[in-house]
Amino acid sequence: MALTMDTIPCTLARPFNNYQLDHAYDEMFDGQGSQRPHYRELYRRLLDLPASELRRRQQAADLAFLNQGITFTVYGNDEGTERIFPYDILPRILTSNDWHIIERGLTQRIVALNLFLKDLYHDEHILKDGVIPRQLIYSCRHYRREMRGVQVPRDVYVAVVGTDLVRLTDGRFVVLEDNLRVPSGVSYMLANRQVMKYIFPHLFRSYNVQSVDHYGQALLSTLRTLAPRHRPDPNIVLLTPGVFNSAYFEHTFLARQMGIELVEGRDLLVHNNVLYMRTTAGLRRVDVIYRRIDDDFLDPLAFHADSILGVPGLLNTYRAGNLGIVNAIGTGVADDKAIYAYVPAIIRYYLQEEPILPNVETYLLDNLSHQTYVLEHLHELVVKAVGESGGYGMLIGPHSTVRQREEFRAQILANPRNYIAQPTLSFSRAPCFVDGHVEARHVDLRPYILYGEKVTIVPGGLTRVALRRGSLVVNSSQGGGSKDTWVLYQPDGEEQEERENGEEVSPRDGQYAQV
Amino acid sequence: MVNTPRSKSKPKPKPWAAEQLAASLLTLEGKPMLSRVADSLYWMARYLERAEHTARVVDVNLHQMLDQTPESANRRWELMLSALHVTSLPPHATRDVYTITHALAFDRSSKSSIVSYISAARENARQVREQISSEMWEHINRLYLHVRRTSKDDIWQVEPHEFFQSVKEGSHLFQGITDSTMSHGEGWHFIQVGRFIERAIAVASMLDAYFGTFHESQNGAHLLPFDYLVWVRLLKSCTAFEAYCKVCTATIEPRCIVDFLLLNAEFPHSVRFSANMVQNGLQAIAAATFARNAGPAERLAGRLRAMLDYMHIDEVMAGNIHAYLENIANQCAQIHTAIHDIYIAYPIEVALGQ
Repeated sequence: MALTMDTIPCTLARPFNNYQLDHAYDEMFDGQGSQRPHYRELYRRLLDLPASELRRRQQAADLAFLNQGITFTVYGNDEGTERIFPYDILPRILTSNDWHIIERGLTQRIVALNLFLKDLYHDEHILKDGVIPRQLIYSCRHYRREMRGVQVPRDVYVAVVGTDLVRLTDGRFVVLEDNLRVPSGVSYMLANRQVMKYIFPHLFRSYNVQSVDHYGQALLSTLRTLAPRHRPDPNIVLLTPGVFNSAYFEHTFLARQMGIELVEGRDLLVHNNVLYMRTTAGLRRVDVIYRRIDDDFLDPLAFHADSILGVPGLLNTYRAGNLGIVNAIGTGVADDKAIYAYVPAIIRYYLQEEPILPNVETYLLDNLSHQTYVLEHLHELVVKAVGESGGYGMLIGPHSTVRQREEFRAQILANPRNYIAQPTLSFSRAPCFVDGHVEARHVDLRPYILYGEKVTIVPGGLTRVALRRGSLVVNSSQGGGSKDTWVLYQPDGEEQEERENGEEVSPRDGQYAQV
Repeated sequence: MVNTPRSKSKPKPKPWAAEQLAASLLTLEGKPMLSRVADSLYWMARYLERAEHTARVVDVNLHQMLDQTPESANRRWELMLSALHVTSLPPHATRDVYTITHALAFDRSSKSSIVSYISAARENARQVREQISSEMWEHINRLYLHVRRTSKDDIWQVEPHEFFQSVKEGSHLFQGITDSTMSHGEGWHFIQVGRFIERAIAVASMLDAYFGTFHESQNGAHLLPFDYLVWVRLLKSCTAFEAYCKVCTATIEPRCIVDFLLLNAEFPHSVRFSANMVQNGLQAIAAATFARNAGPAERLAGRLRAMLDYMHIDEVMAGNIHAYLENIANQCAQIHTAIHDIYIAYPIEVALGQ
């Protein structure tokens, strides 16, 4: 799908006079340039508010983030090592119908991916049946042989997921990537909402917005269900790499929300396959770790020997069944960008269902016919390294130079397994407040999914914005920002499509109630 | 292994004392606190107290510059610097009110400036951000942003007093917020111990510096006019002038000053009061943690307290006051080390009861 640049003539009133409408899906306006019903109230208010007032509220929001220390760390800069994450004050609004589909689709996906991981580390049915080539799994950097045959509490490998969705021209949501290792950003979802309630109380009240505030509780009860069975009153901790990590704010935030201890590797030690933390009253046993550290750094005896962030002996404690680790070790194999291409097949294989949320078409570069096609069309495709995240290791064809394309061509040919390619998507835009105007910017959506006894998805998520005009990259490391995401309640009098309640699915037997 | 006879009806005892201790702790109201967290709370309080103290001392000295006295400016600054135990200083030749104020207030490269103390306090708070209340964190973060934003040139043009005032107020407000928003449990007691151990050391060191010069300059009881200002400065540096006047009237007499700053039981900046608070805090911590080996810290704190409780001012004045004050500082250092050994960096064998 190539980017179409012909713009529909814009005749909108201030502050919308710079607003760009074209073939990309716009969250606020439909194809004819009139407001979608659920955006009408926001539109009306924006016409009334002078730019100076919007600017004042933007400043109030920024100050609130700064004073609360809601910041991320910028590496290699001594003076201002902490920055606030750019925040756009206009909410992104989703109807309950949109959300219903997202919720069902994500539930289906997390159930299937967990069955996949269990199978992969035990019987390998899916490999024996030839659905996925063995060599693709074994060549994945995040596949952990150490996890073969390990019994994981409740067979839940990924309990915390942040899945990136984008909305295409036809209004459908598709999955861009699954983050199954240590997804971050959920604290911004919660903080954005708090700040929003301060700066737009009236607007907020006039909409019927579903609450996201119970995320901390939901996460805690998810973690509690993943404790070893013989520990009925588990001691749960959040393991952080420490104050220098860019997501440190989030770690403290979540630990406080849940009322659990925030620990670093140096607070922990293993003795006789039991994990302890060092307290002023002596050692105390730890039963569940919600870890925000990559596999590689968890245990210097098993993985990177020079890691000082982890705990020596942690893996053996886990294998001995004395500890729950969330997410489990070795889940990265399932969010490898090459495996991603197989997720629809994985869903069909384990659940005998069609995927509710489609994937983006993906070319695997170790497939020769795909490779030939991709190398001929580099200028219109997006190429991604399979193990990277955060917008690094990426080539955006239409925005690239000849030299960049040549570099990628060489890299692809040197290690085709390491790359995938996708069409350049024209994903949706939402109104943002930029330089005194309301302008359209590309957005994605990252809902957060929890999976313990059952699947819980708080209605909302992090909407990330590519704040540079025309930019398609939403990552905070690449000039992206975020905005509050509102999921509305079903309006009175409208009937929700029949709802089989995707949250209550029991995954244990692999059955998933179909709608 | 625990060698106790097992009765068949009871579940098998757990193999380690540590395990049993941990199990018994689960029934308590408060959860045990991470050693690292206790350490950070303690240091957060110490650094903030140090920032407040430095701000007050510099402010008092700047203010007294306005009173012209025969006392040389150099002597006054030297006295102040030795009382503060400042380590890195501008070279002698360039020392004037401007460079010294800069070094003590805004020099980020120095470890003994107000901005560095507040940064350190805030950094410690940041490491235990989920342990302290949001109000505490937000306040200390705001104070940090305020001092980072302010520069020497800003305050020099307007009114330096306002800056130092804002630091002092920031510290006072933080204490108030702490007392009213944080549970007065173990963590709160670590904050108390940190604050008062720092205060005891600072006041003792202040007294030591001023009485050192007192003994050099004169041995009589008669005060020259400019000496009056020196003693007032000492009292004001310990925020004690008004409280002193209430007890001893405005008669400024060295013996009374020592009595007040060292041995007064009620004044919150006296060494005795601080030692009391340290001992109370340590007892509360020992009770909260069931520390089996809390003895050394409690013994040291009790000894210091007893020494101050039962000492008479005449004995202090008759003996070597410098040695006496140094002894107090040493005892504080011993208490600090004992806290560290018992609660923060204990050997694992001890914890496992082996």
